[in-house]
Amino acid sequence: MKAIVIGGGLVGAACADALARHSALNGQAARVTVLEPGPVGGGATAAGMGHLVVMDDSPAQLALTARSLELWEALAPALPSQADYHGCGTLWVASDEEELAAVEPKRRAYLAAGREATLLDAAELARAEPNLRPGLAGALRVPGDSVVYAPVVAQFLLERAGATVRREAVAELRDGGVRLESGEMLRADVVVVANGIGAVSLLPGLPLRQRKGHLLITERGPIHVHHQLVELGYLKSAHGNDEDSVAFNVQPRPTGQLLIGSSRQFEQPDREIDWPLLRRMLRRAAEFLPALENISALRIWTGQRCASPDHLPLVGPHPHLDGVFLATGHEGLGITTALGTAELLAAQVFGVPSELLAHDFTPARFDRLPEVAHA
Amino acid sequence: MPERTLAVLTLEGVRVTVPAGTTVLAALQNAGLSPLRRSLSGEARGALCGMGSCSECRAVVDGLTVRTCLTPVHDGQSVQRLGIVNREV
Amino acid sequence: MKSDLWDAVVVGAGPAGLMAALTAAQGGLRVLLLDAQPTAGGQIWRGAAAGQKGAAGDLLRDVASHPGITVLSGAEVIAAEAGKPHVLTVTSPAGLTHVHAARVILCTGATERFLPFDGWTLPGVVGAGGLQAMSKGGLDVRGKRVVVAGSGPLLLAVAAGLRQKGARVLAVAEQAGLPGVAAFGVTAARLPGKATEALELAAGLRGVPYWADCAVVRASGQDQLQTVTLRRGRREVTLACDYLAVGFGLMPETRVAALLGCSLDAQGAVDVNVWQATGVSGIYAAGEVCGIGGVDGALLEGFVAGCAASGQINRLHDAPRRAEIQRRFQTVLERSFALRPDRLPIPSPHTIVCRCEDVRHGDLQGFTNWTAAKLQTRCGMGACQGRVCGPVTETLYGWRFGGVRAPLAPLPLSQLLAEPTVLGPP
Repeated sequence: MKAIVIGGGLVGAACADALARHSALNGQAARVTVLEPGPVGGGATAAGMGHLVVMDDSPAQLALTARSLELWEALAPALPSQADYHGCGTLWVASDEEELAAVEPKRRAYLAAGREATLLDAAELARAEPNLRPGLAGALRVPGDSVVYAPVVAQFLLERAGATVRREAVAELRDGGVRLESGEMLRADVVVVANGIGAVSLLPGLPLRQRKGHLLITERGPIHVHHQLVELGYLKSAHGNDEDSVAFNVQPRPTGQLLIGSSRQFEQPDREIDWPLLRRMLRRAAEFLPALENISALRIWTGQRCASPDHLPLVGPHPHLDGVFLATGHEGLGITTALGTAELLAAQVFGVPSELLAHDFTPARFDRLPEVAHA
Repeated sequence: MPERTLAVLTLEGVRVTVPAGTTVLAALQNAGLSPLRRSLSGEARGALCGMGSCSECRAVVDGLTVRTCLTPVHDGQSVQRLGIVNREV
Repeated sequence: MKSDLWDAVVVGAGPAGLMAALTAAQGGLRVLLLDAQPTAGGQIWRGAAAGQKGAAGDLLRDVASHPGITVLSGAEVIAAEAGKPHVLTVTSPAGLTHVHAARVILCTGATERFLPFDGWTLPGVVGAGGLQAMSKGGLDVRGKRVVVAGSGPLLLAVAAGLRQKGARVLAVAEQAGLPGVAAFGVTAARLPGKATEALELAAGLRGVPYWADCAVVRASGQDQLQTVTLRRGRREVTLACDYLAVGFGLMPETRVAALLGCSLDAQGAVDVNVWQATGVSGIYAAGEVCGIGGVDGALLEGFVAGCAASGQINRLHDAPRRAEIQRRFQTVLERSFALRPDRLPIPSPHTIVCRCEDVRHGDLQGFTNWTAAKLQTRCGMGACQGRVCGPVTETLYGWRFGGVRAPLAPLPLSQLLAEPTVLGPP
């Protein structure tokens, strides 16, 4: 089988890997070509936090993230040490009793999805994370969540897939293949569009929007955090609507540094740092972790999430183009769900079973999907 | 030549008196506090560039990690080497 | 209403910046002079006192006493955006401050080029300009055994300066060949002022071996430098010493210029016209940031930039001629001390390239560009953000280091949490 994957980020790399493995299981040698004009894992893959986290905004999201975490756990022993896979778990921190009340249904949902989750009261939370400010109500601890350094994983998966990586940009999707910007035509049985927001330039009108985020990484130590910390308000305050928003999200990196997020802004396609928004984001973080005042920032950057209207990725066949599959629109969960996405894609391509097929991730769930754009 | 004034600071718990206008880096070096830090793989490290570029001379001064080559001494300062505060793995 | 707009903001208070600030203020501009170091003077005049005998003392005094100039020391530019006005964001112990400028004169000087060899990360291995700076900052070098190595005329100045402070300079090891060094000496001797300087240097170095064609092989020691091994011709020489002061010339410090969108020439210096104007409207540059040429050229360029920024064209009558002489000096300097691959240190696979993240030469094989290597190995992701290893990879691997972004220096979160202030003219 010949496959082309457009995009050398983690989603593209995971898809390449899954196509190669399933093809081999079918007794066919797969020849996978990945088209990536930039460095491997150099886009949203490098810009994001690299969290592996179960989320339950919707049943489909819960299923996809929970299955993905199982796949990450299976992959972890094979990863190189530079992938910085670190099973730190997540604490969903409740500021008050109202937020704490929301924890129990969340816990039950996680358990039903096969993910361990335990309730911490205020004292247990303070013991688990002494640097959090006093007076918090408690937390939901999800021990199976992890963090990872995604660009290294992308490179690892591409090598494992035996994929050929070509530093080329795609100009156009064609029946049975793609035309490169160099003019060259490449033919394939399967074409996977996995280049994040770049998919819009190949398929104008895809229901995808950029959602900009800011991140800051600190120097190493001396403030220690043991879990990924997220405010439960994340679900209600943050990021529910179209306004600019910030939420507390801090991650301990295996390097001893803290990675601090998060912000969301629609329609800000530039890479500039929005200093006032960054300040809001950091103030939110410092409300939870006052000791942040005593450390320095090494690097600040922005990235673009690729968001769909229902906050679920588009994974599956393009309704009008034979052999073309999409794997994009992962918003802030592309690292977490890359492996589940790849499993789902392989299930669709090869007709093998996957529990994820129970949910509709296909691009066809949106009424209006464009025909191919002809240059 | 104006008379040079002195500053009294604490280097890892030891009070030292140095001329004002000295950098914290020079105070650490003159006190024989080497290495300034351990690298990720455990190597001993000291200052390199002396002018704020390389960050090798970082130390914790009054609770904040700073580049000591850019930091003048002053009375009452408390200085700890990085490795002491943050045992880097 | 009081305006927050400065007529001119000068970044860097070395010779070029001091001269540019003074000249612009004499032309009637309200000038803010920013400097990262605790005191003005730049690296070359570090520790000089206002009013002391000589050019440095005079200029420092004139700048300090001019009512049109505000000096802010210990202030680093961490972000910059060109526009109307240009906005610089500055960190200092007082916090984050925005500065609005009608004109910016970049006099950010130069930094030292380091190249890796086994043992270069040992305490005691320092920059050549680095050891000079440390000594000026109060490091006691009396009786210390120092080997000065690498390349460029700075090595001689460093050796002489350290000797004056009581160090025992065992040798100066220059990678360039004797013909080049001699050509440089001849040209320098012909320039007004430089002959005396050269004689003084020679007197200060009497009895110190000067080895041309000499390569640094390795530094050795247990947690502290103990010996340095050099290669002279085919012979290796090992010297026991306390410091190896090693630098491979100076590089223009162009990071603020890059954030402002100024273009660079093939040598990595800021591109300027005869008026020291960059291609970005209202932004000038002077001194080593425009090419490594020494203090006389820097003063002259600072003067030209100060005149141009303040419209004092009448004062510039013979400046172009003098600038031409300085540019010739610069060309000879570049040619005389051009780095020669067969005289540069040779890293082993185990040699550290990125000191912050302990990334080794061997880890970086197989990559073809800076970004890919950084993403996969963490090279350049540490505390210095590639300021040391970025240029190293340019020399060793021919990559283009593209890592300049705000903040340009580590930034205390306490400063990012507070509302920034705006510093306007008095």
